[in-house]
Amino acid sequence: MLEFARWKYFLVVFVTIAALLFALPSFYQEDPALQVVRKDKLAMDSAALGTIEQLLGSRAVPFKSAYIDDGRAIVRFADVADQLKARDAVNDALATDYLSALTNASRAPAFLRKVGLRPMALGLDLRGGLYLLYQVDVEGAVSQLLDSYEQGFRRSLAAAKISFTDIVTYTSSGSSMPNALRILLPAGADVPAALAAVKKDNADLTFSVVNLADGPAIEMALTQAQITTRRDYAIEKNRTTLSNRVNEMGVSEPIVQRQGADKINVQLPGVSNAAAVKDLIGKVATLEFRMEDTQNNAAEAAARGRPPLGSKLYKMNGLPVLLKRELVITGDQLTNATSTTTNDGPAVSIKLNGPGGDAMLRNTEQNVGKRMGVVYIEKTRQTTMVDGKPVNKDLTEERVINLATIRGVFSNTFEITGLQAGEAGDLSKLLRAGSLSAPITLIEEQAIGPSLGQDNIVKGRNALVIGLLAIFIFMALYYHAFGLVANAVLLANVILLTALLAILHASLSLPGIAGIILTVGIAVDANVLIYERIREELRNGVTPQAAIRAGFEKAFSAIFDSNVTAFLAGLVLYVFGTGPVQSFAIVLLLGIVTSMFTSLLGSRALITLMYGGPRKITKLSIG
Amino acid sequence: MEFFHKPTSFPFMSTRKMWYGLSVILMLISIGSFFGRGLNLAIDFTGGVRIEAAFPQAANIDAVRAALKAAGFDEAPVENFGSSREISIRLPPQPGIDSAAIRTKIEGILQTLDPGAELRSIEVVGSQVGSELRSKATEALLGALALIFIYIMFRFHTWRLSAGAILAVLHDPILVLGVFSVSRTPFDLTVVGAMLAVIGYSLNDTVVVFDRIRERFESSRRLEPRLVLDQSINQTLSRTIMTKVVTLIVVVALYVLGGPALKGFSEALIIGIVAGTYSSIYISSAIALDCGLKADDLLPSTDRKPVDDLP
Repeated sequence: MLEFARWKYFLVVFVTIAALLFALPSFYQEDPALQVVRKDKLAMDSAALGTIEQLLGSRAVPFKSAYIDDGRAIVRFADVADQLKARDAVNDALATDYLSALTNASRAPAFLRKVGLRPMALGLDLRGGLYLLYQVDVEGAVSQLLDSYEQGFRRSLAAAKISFTDIVTYTSSGSSMPNALRILLPAGADVPAALAAVKKDNADLTFSVVNLADGPAIEMALTQAQITTRRDYAIEKNRTTLSNRVNEMGVSEPIVQRQGADKINVQLPGVSNAAAVKDLIGKVATLEFRMEDTQNNAAEAAARGRPPLGSKLYKMNGLPVLLKRELVITGDQLTNATSTTTNDGPAVSIKLNGPGGDAMLRNTEQNVGKRMGVVYIEKTRQTTMVDGKPVNKDLTEERVINLATIRGVFSNTFEITGLQAGEAGDLSKLLRAGSLSAPITLIEEQAIGPSLGQDNIVKGRNALVIGLLAIFIFMALYYHAFGLVANAVLLANVILLTALLAILHASLSLPGIAGIILTVGIAVDANVLIYERIREELRNGVTPQAAIRAGFEKAFSAIFDSNVTAFLAGLVLYVFGTGPVQSFAIVLLLGIVTSMFTSLLGSRALITLMYGGPRKITKLSIG
Repeated sequence: MEFFHKPTSFPFMSTRKMWYGLSVILMLISIGSFFGRGLNLAIDFTGGVRIEAAFPQAANIDAVRAALKAAGFDEAPVENFGSSREISIRLPPQPGIDSAAIRTKIEGILQTLDPGAELRSIEVVGSQVGSELRSKATEALLGALALIFIYIMFRFHTWRLSAGAILAVLHDPILVLGVFSVSRTPFDLTVVGAMLAVIGYSLNDTVVVFDRIRERFESSRRLEPRLVLDQSINQTLSRTIMTKVVTLIVVVALYVLGGPALKGFSEALIIGIVAGTYSSIYISSAIALDCGLKADDLLPSTDRKPVDDLP
């Protein structure tokens, strides 16, 4: 007798219904749409929506519907031309308070959206947009950490009244002592006292003493763990900053994620103006605040080509400026920046976080009347061809954008004046989005037009539908009723896969669609293994019901085995792949799981319904 | 409907020398071409600029090439891509010029040829990213092979079957590489994805055949190994061909309808699936036989069993 446990039926029915529900929104097509959000990040209300509707009405831009979803206003259009007209209208009339972005809105009914059921996310190759891959200068971040230790040691040694010759830092590139620094002491110096002074606030560091020709020196090398932590911090901080910058632009559903050891990828759906976007989000601007070195002459240092010990030589408007190596604060410590106009002209008003404010307070208490410089650091990568091979050279441009006298003691709120009219606005925008803690370089970009994305969707969908139909016909001809069961199960597999993708919010790319198609092929395989086995058992003279049972049981190990290897390959692909290929890997991995479920449980449930129970079956419709 | 109404009895094992010869020749051509000509690597792996553009009417490739040359882009490969209206242009890495400038320039060139020309996508890959991806892709392929080898060792108890499976698994991706190298089909990241899928998938049939071999040895221990292998392959033949036909149906649909972006991907899958079917029928079992596979290798007698359970 052929039986199938009741709980397994329930499981199959439950999973199928849940899958249908979650997959449903993905089967609706999408409309071109405009997303409008408020610049101050408050939720859109119906009054604001009314303003937009009125504007579009007055500009005679037809739209299908407008509604508020999750604090954003969404306006749908019949075609891309209307969408673009609407964007121009909104940018033209409402740009001061609102940010608009091109997007797609699913035609799924509103109730699905309201209960949180959303279509699966589409990759950039399917919806158009801008893809940027940045490399983070992690070594720069590590040398920044060394610099901060250097300043700390200078302070501690000065506080303990221990004289030292200099502190030299060694970065990782081309030095025998990577990621380390050396405190040079004069001959006959009190080494234990110096050691105690630097160790006081830095119990976690390891120091060693060496004897050089000119006298003793204390060495401190960063451990691998410290370097790794610092690198991770730099990448994470930069990721947040890029995220903030992207959010300032109001792009719909942007993705900013870490990729590998030192890269960050940014995906901006619907963005077409690559140049402007790159300029704003990729601006590698870091700020440093340093006090002016008034003991030495900047012009002399410039003539000599070398700054005095403890100072750095910069240029401001082409003229040399000497600033102390000691950092007051870095751009990391800013919490807000707004452009204003003061009696001295355009200015940027700055707010600092707690530690930054404390540092600034200490600094200004001691330095009223002295001048503080704001150093603007921008990093670019230049590629030149040497012997036919491209060679990358990183260029760092450091310039003092402002050198102003500290008029009084201040801590976490102050203004930078002496800027040009346009400069204040740009600077404040960059500062507000957060400065990058380590310089980044754009190493890959891809801009996909919306029409290409639409084409890809249509092509992928056609291939899937035609492929599925061909299989359905073939299976029905080859296996009759069992073929129909296999077809139902295949369809369920595609639905289940779609549901899982929607739930996981994994974005689907064109190779991802190819993965769905390939999964269908793999899912058929499991059914074929079972059915061929059943046919074989029948040929051996086994009763139909026993043949079905034997078919499922004996085919299991083959199905399992053949899927394990495909799964292993998918796993490698997932780990190695990025973007579109990773989407293929995810689909492949999920597809293996869903196809095992549908062909082992789903197909058995249907076949048991057809042939199971105490009935007497004499013939199976298996072709 | 059935492919084989009666159980088949093709003498696969007695003709194996011929199939070995065919495989060796194909592999030698593939390897020779791979090292001699190399692959036509896409910019994913070399770095550079790739532009896709569409014209309102059929594009005049020669005019585009000439216009590009006049503008200083020497020997930029221009090809039809998908349809006669769409073209793809490939440029070597452009040092010191940013993508916006290239975009404006190319757009200008194309629009002087036809004002309706539309630049549909532009991709700029740094040369460093390319070489990094190249080594990562190699690592991924080798990693997948290594994982599958470990799995095979673990799964088949005897090195004789493992050797057959491993050679069959190596056979298929090498042929894919060979065809891509000979035909100069652009080799991009998605092709690597397809090759990994092929590596994972190609073992599938071999596993099914080997499973059957074990079963046949169980039921008829005294039968000559050569006959057992022939029987096993014949008994699974209908299934092998059936699943491959069905998979090929969808992959061919993908090749025909999926658009130019998936051409290389589906081509790799088609070659891989055909090669995988062939190698699992003609190669993997035959090698096991030549390695001296016997019933004893698969059927541990009761006193040997504990030994087998050891890792």
